[in-house]
Amino acid sequence: MSVVTANAEAQELTFNRDVRPILSQKCFVCHGPDAGTREGDLRLDEEEGIRAAFGPGELEKSEAWRRIKSADPEERMPPPDSELHLTPTEKGTLRRWIASGAKWEGHWAFIRPRRPPVPESRHAGGVSNPIDALVLSHLEAENVAPVERADRATLIRRLSLDVIGLPPRLEEVDAFVNDQAEDAYEKVVDRLLASKQFGERLAIYWFDLVRYADSVGYHKDRHRDCWSYRDWVITVLNENKPYDEFIREQLAGDLLTGGTKFDRYRRQIASAFNRMNQTTSEGGAQAKEYLAKYSADRVRNTAAIFLSATMGCAECHDHKYDPFTTDDFYRFASFFADIQERGVGNPAHTPMPTMAQIAQWEELDQELADKRASLEALAGQLDSNEKNRNADDVESELRDEIESLEEQIAKLDDQKSWQKTLISTTGRPRPIRVLPRGNWLDESRPAIDPAVPQFMGRLDIGEQRATRLDLANWIASTDNPLTARAFINRLWRIYFGEGISRTLDDLGAQGAWPSHPDLLDWLAVEFVESGWDIKHMIKLMITSDAYQRTSVCPEDLRRRDPENRLLARQTSFRLPAELVRDNALAISGLLSPKMFGRSVRPYQPANYWYRLYKEAHYAQDHGEDLYRRGVYTYWRRSFWHPSLRAFDAPAREECLAQRPRSNTPAQSLVLLNDPTYVEAARVLAMKMIQESDGDARQRIAWAYRRALARLPDVAEATALAELQQRQWKRYTHDEVAAEALLSVGEYPLPEDIPPAELASWTSVARVILNLHETITRP
Amino acid sequence: MNPFEHVQHSACRRTFLTGSAGLLGGAALSTLLQPKGVLADEVQRQAPRWQGVVDPYHVAPKAKRVIFLCMAGGPSHLETFDYKPKLAELGGQPMPESYTKGQPIAQLQDKKLTCMAPQYPFDRHGKSGQQISRVFTHLPEVADEICIIRSLKTEAINHDPAHTFINTGTTISGRPAIGSWLLYGLGSECEDLPGFIVMTSTGGGENQPIASRQWHSGFLPGEFQGVQFQSSGDPMLYVRNPLGVTVDDQRDVLDTLQKLNRHRDSAVRDPEIATRIAQYELAFKMQMSVPKLMDFSDETKETLELYGTKGGDGTFAGNCLLARRLAERGVRFIQLYHRGWDHHGGIKDGIVETAGFVDQGTAALIKDLKRRGMLDETLVIWGGEFGRTPMAQGDGRDHHIKGFSIFMAGGGIQGGLTYGATDELGYNAAENIVHVHDMHATMLHVLGIDHKQLTYRYRGRDFRLTDVHGHVVKDILA
Repeated sequence: MSVVTANAEAQELTFNRDVRPILSQKCFVCHGPDAGTREGDLRLDEEEGIRAAFGPGELEKSEAWRRIKSADPEERMPPPDSELHLTPTEKGTLRRWIASGAKWEGHWAFIRPRRPPVPESRHAGGVSNPIDALVLSHLEAENVAPVERADRATLIRRLSLDVIGLPPRLEEVDAFVNDQAEDAYEKVVDRLLASKQFGERLAIYWFDLVRYADSVGYHKDRHRDCWSYRDWVITVLNENKPYDEFIREQLAGDLLTGGTKFDRYRRQIASAFNRMNQTTSEGGAQAKEYLAKYSADRVRNTAAIFLSATMGCAECHDHKYDPFTTDDFYRFASFFADIQERGVGNPAHTPMPTMAQIAQWEELDQELADKRASLEALAGQLDSNEKNRNADDVESELRDEIESLEEQIAKLDDQKSWQKTLISTTGRPRPIRVLPRGNWLDESRPAIDPAVPQFMGRLDIGEQRATRLDLANWIASTDNPLTARAFINRLWRIYFGEGISRTLDDLGAQGAWPSHPDLLDWLAVEFVESGWDIKHMIKLMITSDAYQRTSVCPEDLRRRDPENRLLARQTSFRLPAELVRDNALAISGLLSPKMFGRSVRPYQPANYWYRLYKEAHYAQDHGEDLYRRGVYTYWRRSFWHPSLRAFDAPAREECLAQRPRSNTPAQSLVLLNDPTYVEAARVLAMKMIQESDGDARQRIAWAYRRALARLPDVAEATALAELQQRQWKRYTHDEVAAEALLSVGEYPLPEDIPPAELASWTSVARVILNLHETITRP
Repeated sequence: MNPFEHVQHSACRRTFLTGSAGLLGGAALSTLLQPKGVLADEVQRQAPRWQGVVDPYHVAPKAKRVIFLCMAGGPSHLETFDYKPKLAELGGQPMPESYTKGQPIAQLQDKKLTCMAPQYPFDRHGKSGQQISRVFTHLPEVADEICIIRSLKTEAINHDPAHTFINTGTTISGRPAIGSWLLYGLGSECEDLPGFIVMTSTGGGENQPIASRQWHSGFLPGEFQGVQFQSSGDPMLYVRNPLGVTVDDQRDVLDTLQKLNRHRDSAVRDPEIATRIAQYELAFKMQMSVPKLMDFSDETKETLELYGTKGGDGTFAGNCLLARRLAERGVRFIQLYHRGWDHHGGIKDGIVETAGFVDQGTAALIKDLKRRGMLDETLVIWGGEFGRTPMAQGDGRDHHIKGFSIFMAGGGIQGGLTYGATDELGYNAAENIVHVHDMHATMLHVLGIDHKQLTYRYRGRDFRLTDVHGHVVKDILA
């Protein structure tokens, strides 16, 4: 990566890495893909234009170079009034590039990745994981040595937080630390990947991309039901559904044929994907205007979700940097024109069995088939043998069971009992036209048929009108250059802190050149060739040595590579919003393992929704639903949960590929004062007292291990023990205050612990839950 | 040099953000905030302060902060600041089709369109002779301080997207609000309060929704998002200690926490920990300063009478007084919403009622800022997300985006000026048109920012508050 290289001159130039970004940023505005603003009929995003402008490799013969150097404001490029300037470094790069032949390459991300050769590592002992071979070759080129492996307790905490989003249990830490087997680490990896919490963790990220929420978005932001879709995503991530099927079922599940009726229900639920856009029911809104908005929303977001492409830019004019035209934009929109929806008003819901009901139904169906088969077999026996009392009993028992199963199935089969939910419903396609400058009032253009962006090829489907399923097949095709790269790049961020290309939302000309282009391509090809196997890719990543390195960074390495572009170490980072809370609930033992179902409403400041409008009432849940994982928290787009918001959870109005990781006073206020965390501290305190013996140090050690998978050192234990002493004295003198603190949260109080005792330990637990280390993935 | 490059090159900031595309990427802002070469221990007790990317100013600044009085629902320009005698003449007669053909219309779609005469007379006020309607009784007292702009235009005709447009410069969700841009550009002068504060008031229209997206930082880092204050109850979310926890208890917990965080930092040397420590101190400072902010006992009786409030009562006037206190403390962007301007029906009585909720507070705020010498450095903006139709909707008016009025006062803006005009029926902005993008450009200008230079790279593009539009309305600058 050039940033890290001290001497840029020494490096050989690469068009895509070194030259294209300059042309894109400084020239494409007038000499790029947008035909509407193109000057002098010159396109510098294509080979022909490059040849014409930069010539065959002689500086004197390049017209562009003459114009770049020119002192005449009439001649100079970029022109003075463009407010674009080439820096001396940029000019130097262009000069070297022209002099060395002005070689052109297509934009890397638009060319299908090929598996690069995996270099032989000079490292002693060699490496087994190609990720490491590729990472090490870059480190060797830069002459940087990787740091050592993290200790086992850190590793299992990192793995657990990354893969299932929860801290490891004490016994899991002990088992791993003491496991002498060669495959000890791999066993932990396999256990976590097989865990049901895996899907809950990964789904959080998917929901940011697809903008999943429980409300419609615009104006009063009314409730809508699509949590069956949420449950589908979690379920199929757990089942490791291949990514190509995952794409197809979301974009076109309602159009897929074949399979059982259960498969069809599930695919219909998956197709709710197309209904995630914001909708309005504001009085006076024009249906046509909003249908145009929904249509543009789908193009913008679908391209962002699956392709890391910024097609949204082409709504009003051709894209300024990538070859997406306005025509491409509206043809893409046309794929979705069959979706039946109203422009204004609450979105139409369809009764569907829930994911849980489908699973149960499927099981009952199987059982019924088995019983019927048994009955038939029995009948066969009875025909051939003499009847006996015993067989009679078996038969009547079977008949009773069959009857009961049939009754249960009939109940499940009753549409009146089904949950109304959003799904895609196909119908006659609405005409889609290019809207000049996005103006929905202008219907002067002819209706157009669906097509994929022209520069990326054509659908091979003959004459018939292309459907959403054709679009899905094109996106999920092994030939699509963007799909695998986009997903792999994003997956990488979960396990390494940043993408291989840092722009998770843009792999186009303005996107960031990957730190390890060969690695990204190798992984993308591996992903496709593995049959789009998500868990296989994750396992490759998290079993690499690169993943297992310590994140503690020696000062000289931090100075050399502060952003960790070379992956000589791991990166520690603050947990995502939902996991900050899940983690506190898990440490305290409050976390409910319950999965699926309607979204839940945990504690939220009084009148928070009231701020949206006066009658917006938040009906808080009680009991177990207060302690469900954050992925099940009710998501109201206009006023999403404030403690999640404080930790950068997004509104879910638009596709978000890269949540920021801010570090703010609002976060401190949440962890200090939000009843969720105060209650978690109280319950953690209770467990400290109940589950470790009476010694203060033992209690602190126990809580530390639970929160951080490590023991406190003497300084830490002493500071907390002293705090407990001070607080104990203070609350002993003020039992009313102690009882007030203990009254926070609905979890019942233990009867056998004196209030001052429990309150003082609650203060200790508050400190532990607020530690930077507690909310940080190591 | 664009401001972002400035961040990269600035000697006083860490320079390691130079990713290949020159963007913040996922790097937490906290790494930016750390002064170069300062070791973690040295910044432990002091909150690092974001100074903004605009350094030096692009143009000489006139104002330091903005108070945006946001009249949600869309006040009728025809009953407030834009007198149309011709419309009065045509009252009850059909609206000439030449105005309305092919135009976007909200609730009046497919209805018969009839002119509705202005419901109130206008008078001239002050030395400048500004025309203001009789729905206001206090506002005329500051006629010479305000610049009425009668030629605003916006692009969205329904409340939600129109608010999003006036707050972020686009109707597409996920872009930063004005206040977030200002914090990103200039930082805040205030140490112990958020730099971008939003309030809504009681009195009318409280069922009109205002989404919190209106003060979100969008693609800018979360540090820059607005914070909503409540004028009753806890002013800020989570600012109150848990029950049974005194200030001393909280400090004790915090001191222990900070000690442990410092201890950890000495072992792993992670700049994020130093920032975390500083943010906890800042949070504690906020907890200490908010009660003082909300204690109005240091206001004189005369001031309270000027505003017509005791303070902290949730009224618009109370919020205006609080806005002045926030301005004094250096908060960069203060936004007060008052709802209830959505007069689809009963506009005659309705607009007097709604104006009554904001009239005295608005006038008092301008007078109070002026006598304290703060008006020159504070830009006050009063206006809604759109205006209302010259056509009747029963006895009310519908949403209207092609021409409406706002006013600005203070910070680098000429007082006593009427600028721009609509056509004779008050339909289209016709003369010296000021688009919302132009309003944004002008606002940034008086704060010392060239709207074309305040950019942030996101999804491969250098985004601006003004998108690719906007020009500074030089004619109204003082």
